Amino acid sequence: MRKLKEFIVEKLILICGLASIFFVALIFLFLLKEGLAVFKTVSLFKFLFGKSWYPISEPAQLGILPLILGSLLITVGAAIISIPIGVGCAIYIAEIAPLKIKETLKAGIELLAAIPSVVLGFIGMVTLVPLVKNLFNLPTGLTALSGSIMLAFMAMPTIVSIAEDALYSVPKTYKEGAFALGATHWQTIWRVMLPAASSGILAAVMLGIGRVIGETMAVMMITGNAAVIPHTILAPVRTLTATIAAEMGEAVVGSEHYFALFAIGIVLFVISFAINVTADSFLHKRQQ
Amino acid sequence: MAKIITKNLNLWYGTFQALKNVNSTIEANRITAIIGPSGCGKSTLLRVFNRMNDLIEVLRTDGEVLIDDTNILDSHTDLVVLRKKVGMVFQRPNPFPLSIYENIVFGEKIHADGITRDELDEIVEKSLRDVLLWDELKDRLNEPALRLSLEQKQRLCIARLIAVKPDVLLMDEPCSTLDPQATARVEELMRELKSRYTIIIVTHNMQQAARVSDNTGFMLLGELIEFGKTHEIFTAPRDKRTEDYITGRYG
Repeated sequence: MRKLKEFIVEKLILICGLASIFFVALIFLFLLKEGLAVFKTVSLFKFLFGKSWYPISEPAQLGILPLILGSLLITVGAAIISIPIGVGCAIYIAEIAPLKIKETLKAGIELLAAIPSVVLGFIGMVTLVPLVKNLFNLPTGLTALSGSIMLAFMAMPTIVSIAEDALYSVPKTYKEGAFALGATHWQTIWRVMLPAASSGILAAVMLGIGRVIGETMAVMMITGNAAVIPHTILAPVRTLTATIAAEMGEAVVGSEHYFALFAIGIVLFVISFAINVTADSFLHKRQQ
Repeated sequence: MAKIITKNLNLWYGTFQALKNVNSTIEANRITAIIGPSGCGKSTLLRVFNRMNDLIEVLRTDGEVLIDDTNILDSHTDLVVLRKKVGMVFQRPNPFPLSIYENIVFGEKIHADGITRDELDEIVEKSLRDVLLWDELKDRLNEPALRLSLEQKQRLCIARLIAVKPDVLLMDEPCSTLDPQATARVEELMRELKSRYTIIIVTHNMQQAARVSDNTGFMLLGELIEFGKTHEIFTAPRDKRTEDYITGRYG
């Protein structure tokens, strides 16, 4: 009787464990099935590097280059803003801040991570967007820059908490060794702590960027959604994610447009997957 | 010649008194061993000499520690200068996760601006020769230091220290992670280095103290019970507690 109970519990847990893999595989297969259908009418090259996205014109033009560039521009912008601030914040929390400030800051960072993206987008829309418009004297503040700034806020919690963790797990003996050689605190941080934590910090950055690329709601609200190739960061752009979210509702099931949106999903999946694998390999390297 | 003198040195971690009225005179170009059971304050005393205890926030000291007649407990002491002069080797070898070369030039790079590559190369060679690692490592200078054996790592840490030209070497159980042969070789190295440095070694291992040191201090519960010539401490201790410790009655 006891044995049977053990057996059932074990198998139940096994099923739970396999379920997650099973669902991922299922989602991926569905994505492939729906997405790959678009390549019956468009070549892969034309899809990825086509310069115009007019999915409902006749004939439909399904080039996602503007969308890829839009995502890229916003991501690079957000990375440029969030990496130095995030890593700086992590250094401050891990190394410099007195205990009380440290606890407050950590709580603050967690709170930032807890804000739903639609709320951030909304706040960005009413505060940041007019600010960018007036500051640069633009016809509209719905630009890649606004998106980058808002997304930097979203990437920051990930970057800070993982980078802080990486710095914190640098063996204390390294720090002592540097101090014992007469290094100042900053020299110790710069020359010993950061190199020692570098793989963890890289992973933090990658995961932060992963968050930015996958983000949808906030970018849709504040980047203007113009599917044209951006020439400056002060131009409106549209991202891969926003395109799917905005157009899925109106695309006719089974149409070329519908398949193309799924193909965009595949592109996103591949990008996210690559980023996560890279980040994971950095984290793994750190543990060795 | 006296290099370091402690006068009525007391030290507290919060309310716990770790050092009680320690008076000692440490001679230049000698190896001084500090022995005693765990928790007796010997590492704490060692860490007073380069103020490594300052990393602990709830620390309070009084009394004087004179190194070359300057009281290093003075609040105006420049810790960078002090630690350059009084270097430390730790219990667990702690090379930085950098190359062998970068480990050795670390100190030089932080202390001297505009030093040339040739000068650095020279320092690396000289320091590695001093710790008898040059022949083993001269073709592997750009490999990560973390790949070395424990003994090589500890020697590298000593080389890294020597490269900044200290006067005093503090060694906190430097052989506790090494096997007996490696220990013997590191002890040999200490004997070679003592003509140029003042060496203070903290050790659990009484035989090691007896083998390498000229002077020995025995500590118990924060007090320096007895301090004197090593052969006298080990053959004719004056204090009963010292005798009990070295004959293995406790510890």
